[in-house]
Amino acid sequence: MMAVATEQPAADLREPAGWRRTKNRVATVLMWVAFVCTLVPLGFVLVTVIAKGASAISWQFLTKGPIPPNVLPVTIGGMGPAVVGTLEITGFAALIAIPLGVLGAVYINEYGGNRALARLIGFMADVMTGVPSIVMGLFIFTIWVLHFGYSGLAGSFALGCLMLPVVIRSSYEMLRLVPDSLREASYAVGATKARVTVTVVLPAAIGGIVSGALLAIARAAGETAPLLFTILVVESTNTNLFSGPNTALATQIFINAQQPFTGAQQRAWGAALTLIAIAFILMLAARIVTARFTRYTR
Amino acid sequence: MEQSEQNVAAKTELPKPTALEQAAPQDVSGTPGRPIFDVRNVSVWYSAFKAVTDVSMTIHENEITAFIGSSGSGKTTVLRAFNRMNDLVPGARVEGEMHYRGTPLYGKDVSPIAVRRRIGMVFQKPNPFRKSIYDNVAYGPRINGERNRRKLDEIVERSLRRAALWDEVKNRLKSSGLALSGGQAQRLCIARTIAVEPDVVLMDEPASALDPIATGAIEDLMRELKKQYTIIIVTHNMQQATRVSDRTAFFSVLTDSKNDTRTGVLIEYGSTRQIFEDPQDSRTQAYVTGRMG
Repeated sequence: MMAVATEQPAADLREPAGWRRTKNRVATVLMWVAFVCTLVPLGFVLVTVIAKGASAISWQFLTKGPIPPNVLPVTIGGMGPAVVGTLEITGFAALIAIPLGVLGAVYINEYGGNRALARLIGFMADVMTGVPSIVMGLFIFTIWVLHFGYSGLAGSFALGCLMLPVVIRSSYEMLRLVPDSLREASYAVGATKARVTVTVVLPAAIGGIVSGALLAIARAAGETAPLLFTILVVESTNTNLFSGPNTALATQIFINAQQPFTGAQQRAWGAALTLIAIAFILMLAARIVTARFTRYTR
Repeated sequence: MEQSEQNVAAKTELPKPTALEQAAPQDVSGTPGRPIFDVRNVSVWYSAFKAVTDVSMTIHENEITAFIGSSGSGKTTVLRAFNRMNDLVPGARVEGEMHYRGTPLYGKDVSPIAVRRRIGMVFQKPNPFRKSIYDNVAYGPRINGERNRRKLDEIVERSLRRAALWDEVKNRLKSSGLALSGGQAQRLCIARTIAVEPDVVLMDEPASALDPIATGAIEDLMRELKKQYTIIIVTHNMQQATRVSDRTAFFSVLTDSKNDTRTGVLIEYGSTRQIFEDPQDSRTQAYVTGRMG
């Protein structure tokens, strides 16, 4: 190497042309197409529901009852009974399914090990996820409604059965992500298995568990088929979850949307928007709660 | 502390310390502590795989014992047998005799929880909980039933001071333990371990993820801690073993080419000085002089 040339050619750092660049571009375009394909229907649903439902929404619509006969305009009465029904039925379903589901997941991941029972529970949960919701409604109808009559409680059972496998599966996946090094750190100062689970594993996984539980609630709140068989329908508010027929937003949408009357259709759109809003508020609340739980992430 | 018989005997026979030519226990710096662990013919299995075979050794009180050797030689496996951490691994089992202060560690009535309460452990990768610095240190005392706030404050301060971390974190005890640097996080883990006042601290390559300065801090800390605790440390770093330990155990791998299995084995155990300056086994010599592993 003798004297270096004064003018050095500039390094070419551009992405090389050719097959590799083509692949890269094709993949990028495909991903954008997929993104738009997903977003467009979602946007349409949201825009349509808001456009058609917003006019029906008022304080009276959300809180007052009774739900008027189909022929009457939307300005009379309100969906209050359905809002109350949805909240109490879904709430109680969550109360049944979330603790059971989380405990089930804890058993499978922390205690079950490779035991046959743990594998069986995991397998059954997966099978249960595939059961159509209408079948779950019929199931509760035959084992509960036929003996004790229609009630919000029966609806909660049906929704709970639908939520349970989802909660088990999502919680299990979150618990699996907790690194063993944290468990060992806890064992190393003399913690029992129960302590390790309660003070280390669950707090580490709580964010994901809450998200999973919330998705399950949101899904269940929108379920119609299982409620048709279990709560029947009423026009006035029934605050007693444990006896008498009840009503919910999802079933009201189903009933009202089938009617030829403008008032009924507007009520259906309004109920749909209300349901979406409830799910949205729930998500938001859960995010805030989880943020508090996970404040020590960094 | 005062092992009078031994000391007197040592003094009468050896007026001045002439380290090297003497047998192992005498050339250990300071007073040789009482035996705390007695390990006899211990083998550890993971299901059908024999990870370590036939280890026998005596660990002494208030000393630092280092386990050195190449990867796969079973150092960590043996270390984890001391506080029954291997119980957590499905299929793991320990054969042979392991006594801790006269009690068989794997005896029928022995609770692994009680064992780990007295024999703490610091891991290779710093693993603070996703809790505040304070709650990390107070974790052990709390799960062992301490609820008094004043006492917990005291324990947290004392443990952090002993772990040489107090001055760096005293103004942010409520901030996350995960926000600390690697070296600080490891010292936090040490503070968490000693907060329950264990008798023994097991350390599994505690400095392998740290830079030389943080490593130096951890080593100073170990020398300080051995006044109160017995320490067993696994290390890949031979200089570290010579710097901090009183005794050294060299592990190696036996390869069975017929069955294609590799089993860890204890080759030589003695005072650190003897192991590094006058190894009796050729494999030890090859390892400590850097010609192997």
